[in-house]
Amino acid sequence: MMDKTVNQKAWFLVLPVFLIVAFSAVLPLMTVVNYSVQDTFGNNQFFWNGVGWFKELLDPSSDLGGRFYASLLRNLAFSAIILAIEVPLGILVALSMPRDGWRVAACLVILALPLLIPWNVVGTIWQIFGRPDIGLLGYTLNHMGIDYNYVSNEFDAWATVIVMDVWHWTSLVALLCYAGLKSIPDAYYQAAQIDGASRWAVFRAIQLPKLNRVLLIGVLLRFMDSFMIYTEPFVVTGGGPGNSTTFVSIELVKIALGQFDLGKAAALSLVYNIIVLIVCWIFYTVMTNAGVDHTKREGAV
Amino acid sequence: MHTIPGRRIILLLFLVFLLLPIYWLVNMSFKTNGEIVSTMTLWPHQPTLENYTRIFTDESWYSGYINSLKYVIINTILSISFALPAAYAFSRYRFLGDKHLFFWLLSNRMAPPAVFALPFFNLYSAIGLFDTPWAVALAHCLFNVPLAVWILEGFVSGVPREIDETAFLDGYSFPKFFVKILVPLIASGIGVAAFFCFMFSWVELLLARTLTSVNAKPISAVMTRTVSASGMDWGLLAAAGVLTIIPGALVIWFVRNYIARGFALGRV
Repeated sequence: MMDKTVNQKAWFLVLPVFLIVAFSAVLPLMTVVNYSVQDTFGNNQFFWNGVGWFKELLDPSSDLGGRFYASLLRNLAFSAIILAIEVPLGILVALSMPRDGWRVAACLVILALPLLIPWNVVGTIWQIFGRPDIGLLGYTLNHMGIDYNYVSNEFDAWATVIVMDVWHWTSLVALLCYAGLKSIPDAYYQAAQIDGASRWAVFRAIQLPKLNRVLLIGVLLRFMDSFMIYTEPFVVTGGGPGNSTTFVSIELVKIALGQFDLGKAAALSLVYNIIVLIVCWIFYTVMTNAGVDHTKREGAV
Repeated sequence: MHTIPGRRIILLLFLVFLLLPIYWLVNMSFKTNGEIVSTMTLWPHQPTLENYTRIFTDESWYSGYINSLKYVIINTILSISFALPAAYAFSRYRFLGDKHLFFWLLSNRMAPPAVFALPFFNLYSAIGLFDTPWAVALAHCLFNVPLAVWILEGFVSGVPREIDETAFLDGYSFPKFFVKILVPLIASGIGVAAFFCFMFSWVELLLARTLTSVNAKPISAVMTRTVSASGMDWGLLAAAGVLTIIPGALVIWFVRNYIARGFALGRV
Protein backbone atom coordinates (compact mmCIF):
# COMPACT_ATOMS: atom_id res chain seq x y z
CA MET A 1 0.00 0.00 0.00
CA MET A 2 2.61 2.52 1.15
CA ASP A 3 5.28 1.71 -1.41
CA LYS A 4 3.13 2.17 -4.51
CA THR A 5 5.03 4.10 -7.15
CA VAL A 6 3.47 6.89 -9.15
CA ASN A 7 3.24 5.82 -12.76
CA GLN A 8 0.75 7.40 -15.16
CA LYS A 9 1.34 4.65 -17.71
CA ALA A 10 -0.68 2.37 -15.43
CA TRP A 11 -3.68 3.97 -17.11
CA PHE A 12 -2.97 1.81 -20.16
CA LEU A 13 -3.50 -1.29 -18.02
CA VAL A 14 -6.74 0.07 -16.63
CA LEU A 15 -8.05 1.40 -19.92
CA PRO A 16 -9.72 -1.83 -21.14
CA VAL A 17 -11.67 -2.15 -17.90
CA PHE A 18 -12.55 1.52 -18.02
CA LEU A 19 -13.87 1.20 -21.58
CA ILE A 20 -15.91 -1.95 -21.09
CA VAL A 21 -17.51 -0.76 -17.85
CA ALA A 22 -18.13 2.69 -19.31
CA PHE A 23 -19.84 1.05 -22.28
CA SER A 24 -22.13 -0.90 -19.94
CA ALA A 25 -22.64 1.81 -17.35
CA VAL A 26 -22.24 5.31 -18.72
CA LEU A 27 -24.07 4.94 -22.04
CA PRO A 28 -27.20 3.42 -20.45
CA LEU A 29 -27.14 5.95 -17.63
CA MET A 30 -27.06 8.76 -20.19
CA THR A 31 -30.18 7.31 -21.78
CA VAL A 32 -31.80 7.26 -18.36
CA VAL A 33 -30.90 10.90 -17.71
CA ASN A 34 -32.25 11.75 -21.14
CA TYR A 35 -35.58 10.03 -20.47
CA SER A 36 -35.89 11.50 -17.01
CA VAL A 37 -36.23 15.07 -18.28
CA GLN A 38 -38.56 14.34 -21.19
CA ASP A 39 -42.13 13.31 -21.78
CA THR A 40 -43.67 11.60 -24.76
CA PHE A 41 -47.00 11.23 -26.54
CA GLY A 42 -45.76 8.02 -28.12
CA ASN A 43 -44.41 7.54 -31.66
CA ASN A 44 -40.93 8.42 -30.42
CA GLN A 45 -41.85 12.11 -30.12
CA PHE A 46 -40.29 13.53 -27.00
CA PHE A 47 -40.48 16.98 -25.48
CA TRP A 48 -38.71 18.69 -22.61
CA ASN A 49 -40.22 18.14 -19.19
CA GLY A 50 -37.49 19.55 -16.95
CA VAL A 51 -37.56 18.29 -13.40
CA GLY A 52 -41.28 17.47 -13.58
CA TRP A 53 -40.81 13.74 -13.07
CA PHE A 54 -38.50 14.28 -10.12
CA LYS A 55 -40.99 16.66 -8.50
CA GLU A 56 -43.73 14.10 -8.90
CA LEU A 57 -41.50 11.30 -7.63
CA LEU A 58 -40.47 13.13 -4.47
CA ASP A 59 -43.97 14.39 -3.71
CA PRO A 60 -45.61 11.81 -1.41
CA SER A 61 -49.12 12.99 -2.29
CA SER A 62 -48.85 12.08 -5.98
CA ASP A 63 -49.49 8.55 -7.21
CA LEU A 64 -45.89 8.00 -8.29
CA GLY A 65 -44.41 9.54 -5.14
CA GLY A 66 -46.73 7.54 -2.91
CA ARG A 67 -45.69 4.30 -4.58
CA PHE A 68 -42.02 5.26 -4.43
CA TYR A 69 -42.00 6.10 -0.72
CA ALA A 70 -44.09 3.05 0.16
CA SER A 71 -41.77 0.68 -1.70
CA LEU A 72 -38.70 2.44 -0.29
CA LEU A 73 -39.98 2.04 3.27
CA ARG A 74 -40.85 -1.60 2.64
CA ASN A 75 -37.40 -2.20 1.21
CA LEU A 76 -35.62 -0.53 4.14
CA ALA A 77 -37.70 -2.53 6.62
CA PHE A 78 -36.88 -5.70 4.71
CA SER A 79 -33.14 -4.91 4.70
CA ALA A 80 -33.18 -4.11 8.43
CA ILE A 81 -34.97 -7.34 9.32
CA ILE A 82 -32.77 -9.64 7.26
CA LEU A 83 -29.60 -7.95 8.57
CA ALA A 84 -30.80 -8.36 12.15
CA ILE A 85 -31.27 -12.10 11.55
CA GLU A 86 -28.47 -12.96 9.13
CA VAL A 87 -25.54 -11.26 10.88
CA PRO A 88 -25.87 -12.90 14.33
CA LEU A 89 -26.89 -16.22 12.76
CA GLY A 90 -23.94 -16.09 10.37
CA ILE A 91 -21.50 -15.45 13.24
CA LEU A 92 -23.05 -18.31 15.21
CA VAL A 93 -22.72 -20.72 12.29
CA ALA A 94 -19.12 -19.64 11.66
CA LEU A 95 -18.27 -20.26 15.32
CA SER A 96 -19.91 -23.69 15.09
CA MET A 97 -17.84 -24.87 12.13
CA PRO A 98 -15.87 -28.07 12.70
CA ARG A 99 -12.13 -27.71 13.25
CA ASP A 100 -10.68 -29.60 10.32
CA GLY A 101 -10.87 -32.68 8.16
CA TRP A 102 -13.45 -33.68 5.57
CA ARG A 103 -16.24 -32.21 7.69
CA VAL A 104 -15.06 -28.67 6.98
CA ALA A 105 -15.05 -29.28 3.24
CA ALA A 106 -18.51 -30.84 3.40
CA CYS A 107 -19.89 -27.96 5.48
CA LEU A 108 -18.37 -25.35 3.18
CA VAL A 109 -19.90 -26.98 0.11
CA ILE A 110 -23.35 -27.24 1.68
CA LEU A 111 -23.14 -23.65 2.96
CA ALA A 112 -22.19 -22.36 -0.48
CA LEU A 113 -24.91 -24.33 -2.26
CA PRO A 114 -27.78 -21.80 -1.88
CA LEU A 115 -25.51 -19.02 -3.15
CA LEU A 116 -25.08 -20.75 -6.51
CA ILE A 117 -28.71 -21.43 -7.24
CA PRO A 118 -30.15 -19.07 -9.87
CA TRP A 119 -32.31 -16.48 -8.13
CA ASN A 120 -35.49 -17.44 -9.91
CA VAL A 121 -34.93 -21.08 -8.89
CA VAL A 122 -34.51 -19.91 -5.29
CA GLY A 123 -37.92 -18.32 -5.73
CA THR A 124 -39.32 -21.49 -7.30
CA ILE A 125 -37.93 -23.66 -4.48
CA TRP A 126 -39.67 -21.57 -1.83
CA GLN A 127 -42.79 -21.14 -3.90
CA ILE A 128 -43.14 -24.91 -3.98
CA PHE A 129 -41.89 -25.49 -0.42
CA GLY A 130 -44.40 -23.05 1.05
CA ARG A 131 -47.52 -24.11 -0.84
CA PRO A 132 -50.18 -25.48 1.48
CA ASP A 133 -51.17 -28.22 -0.98
CA ILE A 134 -47.86 -29.59 -2.28
CA GLY A 135 -45.11 -27.96 -0.19
CA LEU A 136 -43.61 -29.58 2.88
CA LEU A 137 -43.50 -26.32 4.86
CA GLY A 138 -46.98 -25.10 4.00
CA TYR A 139 -48.50 -28.55 4.44
CA THR A 140 -46.86 -29.11 7.83
CA LEU A 141 -47.78 -25.66 9.16
CA ASN A 142 -51.40 -25.97 8.09
CA HIS A 143 -51.68 -29.44 9.61
CA MET A 144 -50.29 -28.08 12.86
CA GLY A 145 -53.28 -25.77 12.91
CA ILE A 146 -51.45 -22.64 11.76
CA ASP A 147 -53.31 -20.95 8.96
CA TYR A 148 -50.46 -20.25 6.57
CA ASN A 149 -50.87 -19.03 3.01
CA TYR A 150 -48.30 -16.74 1.46
CA VAL A 151 -50.49 -15.93 -1.53
CA SER A 152 -53.33 -14.28 0.37
CA ASN A 153 -51.94 -13.29 3.76
CA GLU A 154 -49.60 -10.30 3.99
CA PHE A 155 -47.83 -11.46 7.12
CA ASP A 156 -47.23 -14.93 5.69
CA ALA A 157 -45.92 -13.42 2.47
CA TRP A 158 -43.43 -11.29 4.40
CA ALA A 159 -42.40 -14.21 6.60
CA THR A 160 -41.82 -16.37 3.53
CA VAL A 161 -39.73 -13.73 1.75
CA ILE A 162 -37.64 -13.14 4.87
CA VAL A 163 -37.07 -16.83 5.65
CA MET A 164 -36.17 -17.31 1.99
CA ASP A 165 -33.57 -14.54 2.15
CA VAL A 166 -32.15 -15.93 5.39
CA TRP A 167 -31.94 -19.33 3.71
CA HIS A 168 -30.34 -17.84 0.61
CA TRP A 169 -27.77 -15.46 2.08
CA THR A 170 -26.89 -16.30 5.70
CA SER A 171 -24.18 -18.55 4.27
CA LEU A 172 -22.46 -15.51 2.81
CA VAL A 173 -22.09 -13.92 6.26
CA ALA A 174 -21.09 -17.29 7.74
CA LEU A 175 -18.40 -17.88 5.09
CA LEU A 176 -17.02 -14.37 5.54
CA CYS A 177 -16.83 -14.81 9.32
CA TYR A 178 -15.30 -18.24 8.90
CA ALA A 179 -12.56 -16.73 6.72
CA GLY A 180 -11.98 -14.06 9.39
CA LEU A 181 -11.81 -16.60 12.22
CA LYS A 182 -9.40 -18.79 10.25
CA SER A 183 -6.94 -15.90 10.05
CA ILE A 184 -6.55 -15.71 13.87
CA PRO A 185 -3.21 -17.26 14.86
CA ASP A 186 -3.37 -20.10 17.36
CA ALA A 187 -0.99 -18.23 19.65
CA TYR A 188 -3.80 -15.81 20.54
CA TYR A 189 -5.95 -18.65 21.86
CA GLN A 190 -3.06 -20.17 23.75
CA ALA A 191 -2.38 -16.82 25.42
CA ALA A 192 -6.07 -16.56 26.35
CA GLN A 193 -6.01 -20.05 27.79
CA ILE A 194 -2.99 -19.23 29.93
CA ASP A 195 -4.81 -16.13 31.18
CA GLY A 196 -7.81 -18.30 31.99
CA ALA A 197 -10.12 -16.22 29.80
CA SER A 198 -13.77 -17.29 29.61
CA ARG A 199 -15.42 -18.34 26.35
CA TRP A 200 -17.24 -14.99 26.18
CA ALA A 201 -14.02 -13.04 26.88
CA VAL A 202 -12.29 -14.87 24.03
CA PHE A 203 -15.13 -13.89 21.70
CA ARG A 204 -15.17 -10.26 22.83
CA ALA A 205 -11.43 -9.66 22.96
CA ILE A 206 -10.02 -11.87 20.20
CA GLN A 207 -12.62 -13.01 17.73
CA LEU A 208 -14.93 -10.01 17.42
CA PRO A 209 -12.17 -7.46 16.67
CA LYS A 210 -10.83 -9.79 13.99
CA LEU A 211 -14.30 -10.12 12.52
CA ASN A 212 -14.85 -6.35 12.26
CA ARG A 213 -13.52 -6.06 8.75
CA VAL A 214 -15.22 -9.07 7.22
CA LEU A 215 -18.46 -8.18 8.99
CA LEU A 216 -18.28 -4.73 7.45
CA ILE A 217 -17.99 -6.29 3.99
CA GLY A 218 -20.78 -8.71 4.87
CA VAL A 219 -23.19 -6.10 6.22
CA LEU A 220 -22.70 -3.80 3.27
CA LEU A 221 -22.92 -6.50 0.61
CA ARG A 222 -26.08 -7.79 2.26
CA PHE A 223 -27.52 -4.30 2.58
CA MET A 224 -26.84 -3.49 -1.08
CA ASP A 225 -28.12 -6.78 -2.41
CA SER A 226 -31.25 -6.77 -0.27
CA PHE A 227 -31.85 -3.16 -1.26
CA MET A 228 -31.95 -4.14 -4.94
CA ILE A 229 -33.68 -7.50 -4.49
CA TYR A 230 -35.97 -8.33 -7.37
CA THR A 231 -36.13 -11.88 -8.66
CA GLU A 232 -36.78 -13.96 -5.55
CA PRO A 233 -39.79 -12.09 -4.12
CA PHE A 234 -41.06 -11.53 -7.65
CA VAL A 235 -41.19 -15.27 -8.32
CA VAL A 236 -42.69 -16.17 -4.93
CA THR A 237 -45.23 -13.43 -4.30
CA GLY A 238 -45.17 -11.31 -7.47
CA GLY A 239 -45.03 -8.29 -5.15
CA GLY A 240 -48.34 -9.20 -3.54
CA PRO A 241 -50.71 -9.78 -1.90
CA GLY A 242 -51.73 -6.30 -3.01
CA ASN A 243 -48.47 -4.37 -2.97
CA SER A 244 -47.27 -5.70 0.36
CA THR A 245 -44.01 -7.19 -0.93
CA THR A 246 -43.39 -4.76 -3.80
CA PHE A 247 -39.82 -3.60 -3.23
CA VAL A 248 -38.16 -0.71 -5.09
CA SER A 249 -36.77 -2.84 -7.94
CA ILE A 250 -40.10 -4.55 -8.50
CA GLU A 251 -41.86 -1.18 -8.59
CA LEU A 252 -39.26 0.13 -11.01
CA VAL A 253 -39.58 -2.79 -13.42
CA LYS A 254 -43.37 -2.49 -13.25
CA ILE A 255 -43.18 1.16 -14.28
CA ALA A 256 -40.41 0.73 -16.85
CA LEU A 257 -41.20 -2.53 -18.64
CA GLY A 258 -44.81 -3.01 -17.55
CA GLN A 259 -46.34 0.40 -18.15
CA PHE A 260 -43.50 1.66 -20.35
CA ASP A 261 -43.63 4.98 -18.46
CA LEU A 262 -40.11 5.96 -19.47
CA GLY A 263 -39.89 9.36 -17.78
CA LYS A 264 -41.18 8.16 -14.42
CA ALA A 265 -39.03 5.03 -14.51
CA ALA A 266 -35.94 7.05 -15.41
CA ALA A 267 -36.47 9.54 -12.59
CA LEU A 268 -36.99 6.67 -10.15
CA SER A 269 -33.86 4.94 -11.49
CA LEU A 270 -31.73 8.01 -10.91
CA VAL A 271 -32.94 8.63 -7.36
CA TYR A 272 -32.56 4.91 -6.60
CA ASN A 273 -29.03 4.95 -8.01
CA ILE A 274 -28.08 8.04 -6.04
CA ILE A 275 -29.18 6.39 -2.77
CA VAL A 276 -27.07 3.35 -3.65
CA LEU A 277 -24.14 5.58 -4.58
CA ILE A 278 -24.23 7.41 -1.25
CA VAL A 279 -24.31 4.19 0.78
CA CYS A 280 -21.56 2.81 -1.43
CA TRP A 281 -19.42 5.87 -0.84
CA ILE A 282 -19.78 5.51 2.94
CA PHE A 283 -18.81 1.85 2.54
CA TYR A 284 -15.74 2.72 0.47
CA THR A 285 -14.55 5.42 2.87
CA VAL A 286 -14.91 3.16 5.89
CA MET A 287 -13.20 0.31 4.04
CA THR A 288 -10.20 2.35 2.92
CA ASN A 289 -9.81 3.87 6.38
CA ALA A 290 -9.88 0.41 7.89
CA GLY A 291 -7.31 -0.55 5.24
CA VAL A 292 -4.87 2.09 6.49
CA ASP A 293 -4.80 0.41 9.92
CA HIS A 294 -4.24 -2.94 8.31
CA THR A 295 -1.55 -2.06 5.76
CA LYS A 296 0.93 -4.41 7.32
CA ARG A 297 -1.43 -7.31 7.39
CA GLU A 298 -2.60 -6.66 3.85
CA GLY A 299 0.93 -6.95 2.63
CA ALA A 300 0.99 -10.45 4.07
CA VAL A 301 -2.17 -11.64 2.30
CA MET B 1 -9.95 -22.59 16.23
CA HIS B 2 -12.02 -22.23 19.37
CA THR B 3 -15.64 -23.12 19.05
CA ILE B 4 -18.72 -22.86 21.22
CA PRO B 5 -20.79 -25.28 23.29
CA GLY B 6 -23.65 -26.95 21.47
CA ARG B 7 -22.00 -26.18 18.17
CA ARG B 8 -22.83 -29.51 16.60
CA ILE B 9 -26.55 -29.05 17.16
CA ILE B 10 -26.54 -25.48 15.89
CA LEU B 11 -24.61 -26.43 12.78
CA LEU B 12 -26.71 -29.51 12.16
CA LEU B 13 -29.98 -27.59 12.45
CA PHE B 14 -28.70 -24.93 10.09
CA LEU B 15 -27.50 -27.43 7.49
CA VAL B 16 -30.85 -29.24 7.66
CA PHE B 17 -32.58 -25.89 7.19
CA LEU B 18 -30.42 -25.30 4.08
CA LEU B 19 -30.92 -28.75 2.62
CA LEU B 20 -34.61 -29.34 3.32
CA PRO B 21 -36.04 -27.05 0.60
CA ILE B 22 -33.51 -28.41 -1.89
CA TYR B 23 -34.42 -31.96 -0.94
CA TRP B 24 -38.07 -31.13 -1.53
CA LEU B 25 -37.27 -29.87 -5.03
CA VAL B 26 -35.27 -33.02 -5.85
CA ASN B 27 -38.05 -35.15 -4.37
CA MET B 28 -40.68 -33.51 -6.55
CA SER B 29 -38.58 -33.77 -9.68
CA PHE B 30 -38.79 -37.59 -9.47
CA LYS B 31 -42.55 -37.66 -8.97
CA THR B 32 -45.33 -37.79 -11.50
CA ASN B 33 -47.68 -34.84 -11.49
CA GLY B 34 -50.44 -37.16 -10.34
CA GLU B 35 -48.52 -38.08 -7.23
CA ILE B 36 -47.54 -34.47 -6.49
CA VAL B 37 -51.09 -33.18 -6.60
CA SER B 38 -52.96 -36.10 -5.06
CA THR B 39 -50.89 -37.18 -2.05
CA MET B 40 -48.28 -35.79 0.33
CA THR B 41 -45.34 -38.17 0.17
CA LEU B 42 -41.93 -37.60 1.75
CA TRP B 43 -40.18 -39.53 -1.00
CA PRO B 44 -41.34 -40.54 -4.49
CA HIS B 45 -43.42 -43.71 -4.22
CA GLN B 46 -43.52 -44.18 -7.96
CA PRO B 47 -40.16 -42.72 -8.96
CA THR B 48 -40.04 -41.56 -12.54
CA LEU B 49 -37.44 -40.03 -14.82
CA GLU B 50 -40.08 -38.72 -17.18
CA ASN B 51 -39.56 -35.08 -16.15
CA TYR B 52 -35.84 -35.27 -16.91
CA THR B 53 -36.39 -37.14 -20.19
CA ARG B 54 -38.71 -34.40 -21.33
CA ILE B 55 -36.10 -31.73 -20.67
CA PHE B 56 -33.31 -33.63 -22.40
CA THR B 57 -35.40 -34.45 -25.47
CA ASP B 58 -37.24 -31.16 -25.95
CA GLU B 59 -35.04 -28.63 -27.70
CA SER B 60 -36.82 -25.57 -26.27
CA TRP B 61 -35.78 -26.86 -22.82
CA TYR B 62 -32.21 -28.03 -23.22
CA SER B 63 -31.26 -25.15 -25.52
CA GLY B 64 -32.01 -22.92 -22.53
CA TYR B 65 -29.16 -24.54 -20.62
CA ILE B 66 -26.81 -24.22 -23.57
CA ASN B 67 -27.71 -20.54 -24.01
CA SER B 68 -27.12 -19.83 -20.33
CA LEU B 69 -23.76 -21.60 -20.34
CA LYS B 70 -22.74 -19.70 -23.47
CA TYR B 71 -23.14 -16.23 -22.01
CA VAL B 72 -21.80 -17.27 -18.61
CA ILE B 73 -18.59 -18.60 -20.18
CA ILE B 74 -18.14 -15.62 -22.51
CA ASN B 75 -18.68 -13.30 -19.58
CA THR B 76 -16.21 -15.12 -17.31
CA ILE B 77 -13.47 -15.04 -19.97
CA LEU B 78 -14.10 -11.38 -20.77
CA SER B 79 -14.23 -10.31 -17.14
CA ILE B 80 -11.02 -12.07 -16.11
CA SER B 81 -8.95 -11.03 -19.12
CA PHE B 82 -10.02 -7.40 -18.79
CA ALA B 83 -9.64 -7.31 -15.03
CA LEU B 84 -6.17 -8.89 -14.71
CA PRO B 85 -4.04 -5.97 -16.01
CA ALA B 86 -6.23 -3.48 -14.16
CA ALA B 87 -5.88 -5.40 -10.90
CA TYR B 88 -2.11 -5.31 -11.34
CA ALA B 89 -2.16 -1.57 -12.00
CA PHE B 90 -4.34 -0.83 -8.95
CA SER B 91 -2.19 -3.01 -6.75
CA ARG B 92 1.22 -1.68 -7.82
CA TYR B 93 0.91 1.88 -9.05
CA ARG B 94 -0.52 5.19 -8.06
CA PHE B 95 -1.88 7.19 -10.96
CA LEU B 96 -4.12 10.13 -11.71
CA GLY B 97 -7.65 9.41 -10.49
CA ASP B 98 -6.93 5.86 -9.29
CA LYS B 99 -9.03 6.11 -6.13
CA HIS B 100 -11.98 7.68 -7.93
CA LEU B 101 -11.78 5.09 -10.65
CA PHE B 102 -11.76 2.25 -8.12
CA PHE B 103 -14.76 3.73 -6.35
CA TRP B 104 -16.60 4.17 -9.63
CA LEU B 105 -15.96 0.51 -10.49
CA LEU B 106 -17.17 -0.56 -7.07
CA SER B 107 -20.32 1.53 -7.39
CA ASN B 108 -21.22 -0.35 -10.56
CA ARG B 109 -21.06 -3.65 -8.70
CA MET B 110 -23.64 -2.17 -6.33
CA ALA B 111 -25.92 -0.57 -8.92
CA PRO B 112 -29.40 -2.14 -9.08
CA PRO B 113 -29.79 -4.18 -12.30
CA ALA B 114 -33.40 -3.02 -12.52
CA VAL B 115 -32.10 0.48 -13.30
CA PHE B 116 -30.26 -0.85 -16.33
CA ALA B 117 -32.90 -3.18 -17.72
CA LEU B 118 -34.60 -0.70 -20.00
CA PRO B 119 -31.56 1.25 -21.25
CA PHE B 120 -29.72 -2.02 -21.93
CA PHE B 121 -32.68 -3.18 -23.96
CA ASN B 122 -32.44 0.00 -26.07
CA LEU B 123 -28.65 -0.08 -26.32
CA TYR B 124 -28.31 -3.68 -27.42
CA SER B 125 -31.24 -3.42 -29.80
CA ALA B 126 -29.58 -0.39 -31.39
CA ILE B 127 -26.25 -2.13 -31.96
CA GLY B 128 -27.88 -5.33 -33.18
CA LEU B 129 -26.74 -7.61 -30.36
CA PHE B 130 -30.21 -8.10 -28.87
CA ASP B 131 -31.10 -11.77 -28.39
CA THR B 132 -27.50 -12.98 -28.66
CA PRO B 133 -25.35 -14.42 -25.85
CA TRP B 134 -22.99 -11.46 -26.36
CA ALA B 135 -25.60 -8.97 -25.18
CA VAL B 136 -26.07 -10.76 -21.87
CA ALA B 137 -22.34 -11.44 -21.47
CA LEU B 138 -21.50 -7.76 -22.01
CA ALA B 139 -24.33 -6.61 -19.75
CA HIS B 140 -23.13 -8.87 -16.95
CA CYS B 141 -19.67 -7.28 -17.27
CA LEU B 142 -21.25 -4.29 -15.53
CA PHE B 143 -21.02 -6.05 -12.17
CA ASN B 144 -18.57 -8.89 -12.87
CA VAL B 145 -15.62 -6.83 -14.16
CA PRO B 146 -15.54 -4.62 -11.02
CA LEU B 147 -15.89 -7.69 -8.84
CA ALA B 148 -13.04 -9.47 -10.65
CA VAL B 149 -10.82 -6.38 -10.38
CA TRP B 150 -11.60 -6.22 -6.69
CA ILE B 151 -10.84 -9.87 -5.93
CA LEU B 152 -7.74 -10.03 -8.14
CA GLU B 153 -6.35 -6.81 -6.67
CA GLY B 154 -6.40 -8.50 -3.26
CA PHE B 155 -4.50 -11.50 -4.60
CA VAL B 156 -1.95 -9.47 -6.63
CA SER B 157 -1.20 -7.41 -3.52
CA GLY B 158 -0.23 -10.67 -1.84
CA VAL B 159 2.63 -11.15 -4.34
CA PRO B 160 5.76 -9.37 -3.06
CA ARG B 161 7.01 -6.51 -5.26
CA GLU B 162 10.50 -7.99 -5.20
CA ILE B 163 9.31 -10.69 -7.58
CA ASP B 164 8.38 -8.09 -10.22
CA GLU B 165 11.65 -6.27 -9.78
CA THR B 166 13.76 -9.44 -10.02
CA ALA B 167 11.92 -10.49 -13.16
CA PHE B 168 12.49 -7.12 -14.84
CA LEU B 169 16.19 -7.23 -13.85
CA ASP B 170 16.39 -10.65 -15.46
CA GLY B 171 15.27 -9.03 -18.68
CA TYR B 172 11.64 -10.12 -18.77
CA SER B 173 9.46 -7.81 -20.83
CA PHE B 174 6.21 -6.72 -19.17
CA PRO B 175 3.89 -9.05 -21.14
CA LYS B 176 6.25 -11.97 -20.65
CA PHE B 177 6.51 -11.29 -16.91
CA PHE B 178 2.74 -11.07 -16.73
CA VAL B 179 2.02 -14.36 -18.46
CA LYS B 180 5.01 -16.41 -17.28
CA ILE B 181 5.36 -15.26 -13.68
CA LEU B 182 2.43 -13.28 -12.30
CA VAL B 183 -0.42 -15.37 -13.67
CA PRO B 184 0.92 -18.70 -12.32
CA LEU B 185 1.55 -17.06 -8.93
CA ILE B 186 -2.03 -15.90 -8.54
CA ALA B 187 -3.61 -18.92 -10.23
CA SER B 188 -5.79 -19.65 -7.20
CA GLY B 189 -6.95 -16.03 -7.18
CA ILE B 190 -7.86 -16.28 -10.86
CA GLY B 191 -9.77 -19.46 -10.06
CA VAL B 192 -11.70 -17.74 -7.29
CA ALA B 193 -12.44 -14.67 -9.44
CA ALA B 194 -13.61 -16.90 -12.31
CA PHE B 195 -15.79 -18.81 -9.89
CA PHE B 196 -17.46 -15.60 -8.73
CA CYS B 197 -17.97 -14.31 -12.27
CA PHE B 198 -19.48 -17.66 -13.19
CA MET B 199 -21.70 -17.59 -10.14
CA PHE B 200 -23.07 -14.06 -10.48
CA SER B 201 -23.66 -14.45 -14.20
CA TRP B 202 -25.33 -17.84 -13.69
CA VAL B 203 -27.74 -16.68 -10.99
CA GLU B 204 -28.82 -13.39 -12.59
CA LEU B 205 -32.21 -13.40 -14.26
CA LEU B 206 -33.53 -9.88 -14.77
CA LEU B 207 -31.01 -8.67 -17.36
CA ALA B 208 -30.66 -12.08 -19.01
CA ARG B 209 -34.41 -12.21 -19.54
CA THR B 210 -34.73 -8.61 -20.71
CA LEU B 211 -31.96 -8.92 -23.32
CA THR B 212 -33.16 -12.10 -25.01
CA SER B 213 -36.33 -13.18 -26.70
CA VAL B 214 -36.10 -16.39 -28.74
CA ASN B 215 -32.68 -17.51 -29.92
CA ALA B 216 -30.64 -16.85 -26.81
CA LYS B 217 -33.32 -17.42 -24.19
CA PRO B 218 -31.63 -18.54 -20.93
CA ILE B 219 -32.92 -21.46 -18.90
CA SER B 220 -34.24 -19.19 -16.18
CA ALA B 221 -36.49 -17.47 -18.71
CA VAL B 222 -37.61 -20.77 -20.20
CA MET B 223 -38.66 -21.81 -16.71
CA THR B 224 -40.70 -18.71 -15.92
CA ARG B 225 -42.49 -18.72 -19.25
CA THR B 226 -43.36 -22.39 -19.21
CA VAL B 227 -44.89 -22.10 -15.79
CA SER B 228 -47.28 -19.41 -16.90
CA ALA B 229 -48.08 -21.13 -20.19
CA SER B 230 -48.71 -24.74 -19.24
CA GLY B 231 -50.23 -24.05 -15.85
CA MET B 232 -48.94 -26.28 -13.08
CA ASP B 233 -46.43 -28.78 -14.38
CA TRP B 234 -44.68 -28.93 -11.01
CA GLY B 235 -42.62 -32.04 -11.68
CA LEU B 236 -41.11 -30.58 -14.84
CA LEU B 237 -40.42 -27.25 -13.13
CA ALA B 238 -38.72 -29.04 -10.23
CA ALA B 239 -36.57 -31.13 -12.59
CA ALA B 240 -35.50 -27.98 -14.47
CA GLY B 241 -34.65 -26.36 -11.14
CA VAL B 242 -32.55 -29.30 -10.03
CA LEU B 243 -30.61 -29.18 -13.30
CA THR B 244 -29.76 -25.50 -12.72
CA ILE B 245 -28.25 -26.34 -9.31
CA ILE B 246 -25.83 -28.93 -10.71
CA PRO B 247 -23.30 -26.63 -12.48
CA GLY B 248 -23.02 -24.54 -9.31
CA ALA B 249 -22.52 -27.59 -7.12
CA LEU B 250 -19.79 -28.84 -9.46
CA VAL B 251 -17.80 -25.60 -9.46
CA ILE B 252 -18.07 -25.26 -5.67
CA TRP B 253 -16.32 -28.57 -5.30
CA PHE B 254 -13.28 -27.30 -7.22
CA VAL B 255 -12.86 -24.08 -5.25
CA ARG B 256 -14.06 -25.31 -1.83
CA ASN B 257 -10.74 -24.46 -0.15
CA TYR B 258 -10.80 -20.91 -1.45
CA ILE B 259 -14.50 -20.10 -1.16
CA ALA B 260 -14.26 -18.46 2.24
CA ARG B 261 -11.39 -16.18 1.26
CA GLY B 262 -13.03 -15.40 -2.06
CA PHE B 263 -16.20 -14.21 -0.37
CA ALA B 264 -14.05 -11.88 1.70
CA LEU B 265 -12.96 -10.54 -1.72
CA GLY B 266 -9.36 -11.65 -1.20
CA ARG B 267 -9.08 -9.38 1.81
CA VAL B 268 -8.85 -11.59 4.84
